[in-house]
Amino acid sequence: MTEAPPPEAPVEAAAPARGFWARFWDSDVFWSYRHNPVAVVSSLVALTLILAAVFAPWIAPHDPFNPATLQLMDGFTPPGEAAMSGTVYRFGTDDQGRDLLSTILYGSRVSLFVGFAATLFSMTLGVSLGLFAGYRGGLADTIIMRVADVQLSFPAILIALLIFGVAQGVIPPNKQESMAIWVLILAIGLANWAQFARTVRGAAMVERQKDYVSAARIMGVPGPAIAFKHVLPNVLGPVLVIATISLALAIIEEATLSYLGVGVPPTQPSLGTLIRIGQRFLFSGEWWILFFPALMLILLALSVNLLGDWLRDALNPKLRQ
Amino acid sequence: MLAFILRRLLQSLIVMLAVAFIAFLMFRFVGDPVEGMMGVDARLADREALRDRLGLNDPFYMQFWTFVKNAARGEFGISYRLQQPVTQLILSRLPATIELAVVSASLALIVGVTLGVFTAIHGRLPPSSRETLTALAAIILPALALWFLGRGLLWSFGAAALIFVSTAFWAKSFFSQAVMAVSLVGVSLPTFLIGIGLIFVFAVELKLLPSFGRGQTVELWKGWSTGFLTKSGLLSLILPAVTLSLFQMTLIMRLVRAEMQEVLRSDYIRFARARGLPESTINFRHALKNTMVPVITITGLQLGSIIAFAIITETVFNWPGVGSLFVNSVQAVDVPVMAAYLLFVALVFVVINLIVDLLYYLVDPRLRVDGRSGRA
Repeated sequence: MTEAPPPEAPVEAAAPARGFWARFWDSDVFWSYRHNPVAVVSSLVALTLILAAVFAPWIAPHDPFNPATLQLMDGFTPPGEAAMSGTVYRFGTDDQGRDLLSTILYGSRVSLFVGFAATLFSMTLGVSLGLFAGYRGGLADTIIMRVADVQLSFPAILIALLIFGVAQGVIPPNKQESMAIWVLILAIGLANWAQFARTVRGAAMVERQKDYVSAARIMGVPGPAIAFKHVLPNVLGPVLVIATISLALAIIEEATLSYLGVGVPPTQPSLGTLIRIGQRFLFSGEWWILFFPALMLILLALSVNLLGDWLRDALNPKLRQ
Repeated sequence: MLAFILRRLLQSLIVMLAVAFIAFLMFRFVGDPVEGMMGVDARLADREALRDRLGLNDPFYMQFWTFVKNAARGEFGISYRLQQPVTQLILSRLPATIELAVVSASLALIVGVTLGVFTAIHGRLPPSSRETLTALAAIILPALALWFLGRGLLWSFGAAALIFVSTAFWAKSFFSQAVMAVSLVGVSLPTFLIGIGLIFVFAVELKLLPSFGRGQTVELWKGWSTGFLTKSGLLSLILPAVTLSLFQMTLIMRLVRAEMQEVLRSDYIRFARARGLPESTINFRHALKNTMVPVITITGLQLGSIIAFAIITETVFNWPGVGSLFVNSVQAVDVPVMAAYLLFVALVFVVINLIVDLLYYLVDPRLRVDGRSGRA
């Protein structure tokens, strides 16, 4: 969040050259990170879960989607007990004898993929529209912000549901299953863009008044280039905060949609689908089929959320002592 | 004042027309309405006749006009999935959703305001380490004792929860801090997981409350069936209402707390203290009154979200309301129901927004100076 060339820049250059890591270690943001145990723990948890999901095919003890490795006899094995075949499943098995640990790892892969892709999509859309509205002003600004206002007054989950329903109606039935995950990303992404647009627009309107923008304009830099090359880097801080929080939101929204039965197809279960399946066995006492996917979802959403909370405080100059 | 109302009305009308246009686009272009109504083996001539009769060959703007006229009269055609008039379907399920929404909104408001005021008054200072240790010991030790006595996990948790609530009376700042921490976790939990958790504790393990449906209902007037009058109806309302209200409750609590802390720092409160007024008079008669304005706004706006969030809660608890109808329609791509539901929710939001704006205007004299730019 530095402004155009700071006056003390030459002084810094005169100081003994230090490595990138040393400067990183001493930076404001990292200092606040080191001194905030909640941020350290939640980032470690989030990182572990994400790595576990990415490397699921190498970590998972079984391949839950390969019917050859499934043993129906092992169905409903409680966690930690030996199954009929003698295998011990750390987290137990579901009704078809699938190892729950592997299913969860593969499931969080789907959840995280949808979450990241949807956040990336809504970020691209929201930042471009917000930058355009804030830098251009005028009628475009009014229209874009009106739409964002109206959309923000409806819950995101309702909008995602509607978009998903419409898309299902437009896509031919034989392609629905293969397209479902992309439709889901589109629906969640479109439901979350307004927050980005609003923040970027506000920040861009402030930046537009500053001298470096006038200087660029006088030098004859075209409008879009000023907006993207000069204004955008200066509004990235708030965008990063919203991106983190909306990643947690997107993961929860994906889980909710899948839980409602309108999300990813059952051949590619995400955490929400697993919870939906697990709820069927709640009354018959097989609690672990529901418990472990739910725990994974909670850990994932909570750690990313807390990280976003910390980031918001760390990047907010008003809160710095 | 009149200009303000007129401008707000006009804005609401524009929003409704925009939403109606989206609903119309869905209705017209998602799937073919004729396919939805006729079987696969209908003759081509019959299809054309129906197409003509439905006005699908009219120019685009005429079709939109017809759609708006019909929507204003409450006609949305026939559901593809259930082959019943959409309006009738929605109306028959409306009482369930409204009862659920009203109960959870009141619950959220009452508990949220109470907790917000409490945490604002007693959470000003962080609890002393002695207070924290005593409170934690009082919560954990009996729970552990019950666990060792073999009474099971639920008894331990129940005892811990009861003692935690009792700390509101003897360890007030500890209770405030703990409530704030719990609310932060509660906000990040998905609604459906909270619902499942409540089902697990109160329906599966304790077998105290029903986990699905509305129980027995009594028909009051013209198809308005209520669950308020039977024991099973009231019992089945508890879990869904608590699930639905938790999110709004934390929101209201945090809002009341922040506003109240702000007000408690202001000069007129300090003056009231200097006058020697009793604490309760200061807190409730002087401070709380001034925090209520934003609370009214947010609560009103949240009523709309409660109806929309009911989609999830109704699915978790098999509650026969409008929300679960909508989810089933999305699964089956039943476009007329989706379009009608979209318009219904938009209408609820717009009307509530309008009422809240007017209330705000009436309650807070500071806003009456000149027309502020109202926002939808």
